[in-house]
Parts: sequence; structure tokens; C-alpha cells
Amino acid sequence: MKTLEELKAIREKMQGQIGLRSETASQTRVVVGMATCGIASGARPVLTALSDAVQEKNLTNIAVVQTGCIGLCQYEPIVEVFEPGKEKITYIKMTPEKALEVVEKHLIGGKVVEKYIISSEGRI
Amino acid sequence: MMTEISLNILDIAQNSVNAHATLIEILVDINQGTDFLTVKINDNGCGMTSEQAIKAQDPFYTTRTTRKVGLGIPFFKQASLNCGGEFHLDSAPGIGTKIKATFKLTHIDRMPLGDMTSTMYSLITFYPDIDFLYTYKVNKNFFVLDTKELRGILHDVPLNDPEVSSFVKDFLKENHAELNGDTYF
Repeated sequence: MKTLEELKAIREKMQGQIGLRSETASQTRVVVGMATCGIASGARPVLTALSDAVQEKNLTNIAVVQTGCIGLCQYEPIVEVFEPGKEKITYIKMTPEKALEVVEKHLIGGKVVEKYIISSEGRI
Repeated sequence: MMTEISLNILDIAQNSVNAHATLIEILVDINQGTDFLTVKINDNGCGMTSEQAIKAQDPFYTTRTTRKVGLGIPFFKQASLNCGGEFHLDSAPGIGTKIKATFKLTHIDRMPLGDMTSTMYSLITFYPDIDFLYTYKVNKNFFVLDTKELRGILHDVPLNDPEVSSFVKDFLKENHAELNGDTYF
């Protein structure tokens, strides 16, 4: 059975370097809809894929956060990207694989993945 | 419709978050002797009046303004009633809400418990300011994850710190696996 012992070591290691990841105005926010509609259509693995990728790649200027119902339940799972000074990008019908593509191409590469954004469906 | 009990738990716990709870207690108790799986979610959020508590179980009631349906609690209730279980919701304004759902373990219509590691991991790391007391019990064996206890060890290191959150994930994964053994609940 795993115990909490390891946490003490993490704490000792981390001392003195806290506060480095606090949210700032220059941070990009990646918002995942996690209401009933989002969860039922598969938002949980999308959320964990995004947060794991952001952690693994050490993208400290990106905050992955949850929100409630975005109001477009038929397009869930939805991921919104808010970059400072830019227009909001809404990705729809996401999967963990598509989310990782967004991390690579958009969050790291700076190029919006047009094929997954809502306007490419031609309805809104 | 949810495909896992763990997704229902995540969804119901989001209600507790929205109700400004500072402590959310989640229990999953699997008992092969009595053949029941019990889920309890208790919070100290804003609570509901008895009238609201009854309405919350109606899919055509919601407090949000984006649309006219609210399916979280009705889904969970339906999931338990569909497999020989019971559903209880007790709430008091200013005190909090308690939800208890039971599921007959071997009922053909019981949905799988699913990935409780992901559910608890996303709650704990995405709401680092809320305390969670999670208990997972299989027959007589159990483990507890109490974020208050984690905070006691971590002091000022936040629960969503990457190293801490990966510890939380491993802790949940390993302890679930150990209690589950070869059984997929």
C-alpha cells in the first residue's frame, strides 16, 4: 500500500521554489467544460490529457482549468483557449488525441488547429 | 447518460464545488457479502431547502440559466434505481448536502464503477483550495485520502504542484489496484 511518506520528500525538495506557477495576466488559459454534458460526452479524459501534457512539457505559462456548462452541449467535450490579447478559440468534440494535437500545434506551435474549431462546422 | 459510476461522482461533486463547499467527503464502499456498492457524497456547501432538494431530482429543474434541464442528479438517481439500489438526498440550507446511492453489485444493469483515480485526481488537483476526504472500501479493506492530512505534510506547497499531483495520482492508482485485486468493479 502506498503511503504519504514520499510527500515529505517532495515538500523538502520544493521548499523555497513555490509561487513560481501562480497565475499571471500573461498566462494562456485552457478551459474545459466539466458540467454533466461535458462529463457525459468524455471531458474527463480530455481534461487529464491536457493537464498531463502541460505538466510533462513544463508549459508554465499555461493554466488548464475547469468550468461549468458552456451552453453548447451538443458540441461537448469543449475546450476553450484564451490567449492574452487574442480572440477566444473554441475547440469542439474533443478527444484526448485531438487535445494533444492542440497542445503541440496551438499551445506550443502557436497555430490554431482550424479543423477542430467551432466555426469550421459552419453553424456558428 | 453516464457510462461509469465514477463519472456520476465527478458530476455530483461539481455541484458541491458550485455550492461553495470547503469540504467534500466521498465514500465508495463495495461489499460483496451484502452484494451492494454504496456511494456517499457529503458536502458543507450552501445546501438546499427541502423543496429545492425534491426539485433537484427532477430533470426539468435546474438553477442555471443556460437551459431548462438539469440532468446530474437525475442521472445518478436513475443509475441506482435501475439496478435494485436506493437513492437518498438530504440537504439543509447553510449546512450542506448529503447524497447516498446504492447499487446492487451483481445486477446486470449496474454500470461499472469506472476510473475513480481520474475522478478523484481531477477533483483534488483542479480544486486545490477545497478539502476532500475520500474513502475507498472493498469488503473489509479500505484506504483513505484526506487532503487535510496532505496539507499538514506539505505546508505551503500547493496540491496542484506537478510533483504533488503526480504523487496523488500514483497513490490513488496503486491503492485502488491493491484493493481491487483482479476484480473489475
